[in-house]
Amino acid sequence: MTSTGTVVEPVVHIAGLTKSFRGHLGIGRHTAVEDLGLTVGPGEIFGLLGPNGAGKTTTLKMIVGLLRPDRGTVRLFGKPPTDVAARARIGFLPENPYFYDYLTAEEFLDFYARLHGVGAGARRKKVEATLERVGLGGSARTALRKFSKGMIQRLGLAQATLHEPSLAILDEPMSGLDPVGRREVRDLILSLRESGRSVFFSSHILQDVEMICDRVAILAGGRLRAVGRLDTLVSRRILWFEVSVAGPIPASIPGERMSSSGGESLLRVAGVEALRRVLTEVPLSGAQVTAVWPRRETLEDLFLREVAPEKPQPVGRGAGS
Amino acid sequence: MSAALEPKPPRAVAAVAAIAVNTFREAIRDRILYLLLAFSLLLIAASRLLSFITVGDEEKIVKDLGLSAIAVFGVLTSVFVGVSLVFKEIEKKTLYTLLASPIRRWHFVAGKYLGFMTVLAINVSLMTAALFLVLLARGEAPWMLVPAVVLTLVQLALVTAFAVLFSSFTNPVLSALGTLSVYVVGHLSWSFDLLKKRLPLGAGRRLCDVAHSLLPSLDRLDVKMHAVHGLPLPDGYVLFGICYGVCYSVVVLVLACCVFERRGFA
Repeated sequence: MTSTGTVVEPVVHIAGLTKSFRGHLGIGRHTAVEDLGLTVGPGEIFGLLGPNGAGKTTTLKMIVGLLRPDRGTVRLFGKPPTDVAARARIGFLPENPYFYDYLTAEEFLDFYARLHGVGAGARRKKVEATLERVGLGGSARTALRKFSKGMIQRLGLAQATLHEPSLAILDEPMSGLDPVGRREVRDLILSLRESGRSVFFSSHILQDVEMICDRVAILAGGRLRAVGRLDTLVSRRILWFEVSVAGPIPASIPGERMSSSGGESLLRVAGVEALRRVLTEVPLSGAQVTAVWPRRETLEDLFLREVAPEKPQPVGRGAGS
Repeated sequence: MSAALEPKPPRAVAAVAAIAVNTFREAIRDRILYLLLAFSLLLIAASRLLSFITVGDEEKIVKDLGLSAIAVFGVLTSVFVGVSLVFKEIEKKTLYTLLASPIRRWHFVAGKYLGFMTVLAINVSLMTAALFLVLLARGEAPWMLVPAVVLTLVQLALVTAFAVLFSSFTNPVLSALGTLSVYVVGHLSWSFDLLKKRLPLGAGRRLCDVAHSLLPSLDRLDVKMHAVHGLPLPDGYVLFGICYGVCYSVVVLVLACCVFERRGFA
């Protein structure tokens, strides 16, 4: 609900979502997603985290209507994913996308523009502008078979955002990209939010998620482990200090020696009082404190804490499900 | 975003046309198609040569060989390219972004079918044109062959519909076997009547009736002999054949759409 009292409809609403697959030779069933419930609001960047086999891809496939859940409901803008009016408002990038390699980038986007009902007049301009936006303007007439993995990923993002959807659903959008490519994808996702759109993406690159997400959900073994705003899930208090010391460290100095190389040691020091002692006593012993880093809880700590209780196991049939 | 600016799904015709155009592009950029077409054109061109070294009426041999080449290469194209139409999209996962688009699943099936049928129609037209040129060069009128060519295309439409049906739920090898079986059994549908006469009254005969009425009567669409020997066809036979083929194909495609509608893509 907004401050003015109007009810804001979630762009994605999932309740009690459960999906299982037959095992090998049709024997038994593996539950890929179990009783999952979450919502994504308008203008929000929502990250779905989880180790391999956590059920991320299966969840996204149910959201876009590629898979039918055994139980539970999915609503996109209040409608089921089988409703084409709901799907008209989404853009989807699958994991490790493969596109028609006999088409050129221009032909490919023109095809998707047609599928999204973009009129003949606007199509050409839209295709050109989208290719420019993802940095493929110079490759418009190149056959996709000549594209690198990074270029295919960018083209996939172009396809998912070409029709200016209200919600972009991206499965591992940073997968296989170099640091420059990852940065570009992050910028693109942020630009989507700036234009009022929502982004729901899965990833296991925690650094990227931490940098851009408003809210995250952690999925492990098909079950939801945590969901919420990053600042509420991850405590920003200092857990300990990492202190770099050049020279021999007296035994009386508090802290755990984490590593040592080239005459320099790294200490793990718990608490401000202990740090104060280190900073006072190390110079007196002839050694030198060269750096101090406060170590706060990160998304990685939360992720490992939530995922660790259950060893990841292959539960879905999709590569990344 | 205001409702007026919300993206609208495409109209059914536009969605089917977009997929058909893409399928057409895919097929015409496939080397197998050109290979099959080149072989068939070569065979038609060589039919005159073959007529010299074969005992019999030269004109009939050219016509028979030409029409057979059109039928055989048409069926081979239909089976070997047709069975991968849907399967390739599933296997390469290109289908994921398609079905996440605001199109219905039947748009996809119809688009794939119509796109491929356009390719087949062009192929058959090219082969027919080659045959007509050979006959015209001999000073013979080729127009008597038109009904046979039209009904061959109807047969291909039917066979392709089965190829799409099979490829919507199984792999290309089984799809090809299934489609070829339909083609062969469809051409032997007269044998059900023969078999029925030899069976005692009861379940066996009823089974023959059911099989005969369910399987496509492709033999009735095969009028090559009439065309080659200049035999007249009953009035409205071609029109009836076209209606039969179109209706049968639509039923098979509806079945394919139903199968496809229920599928999940893990």
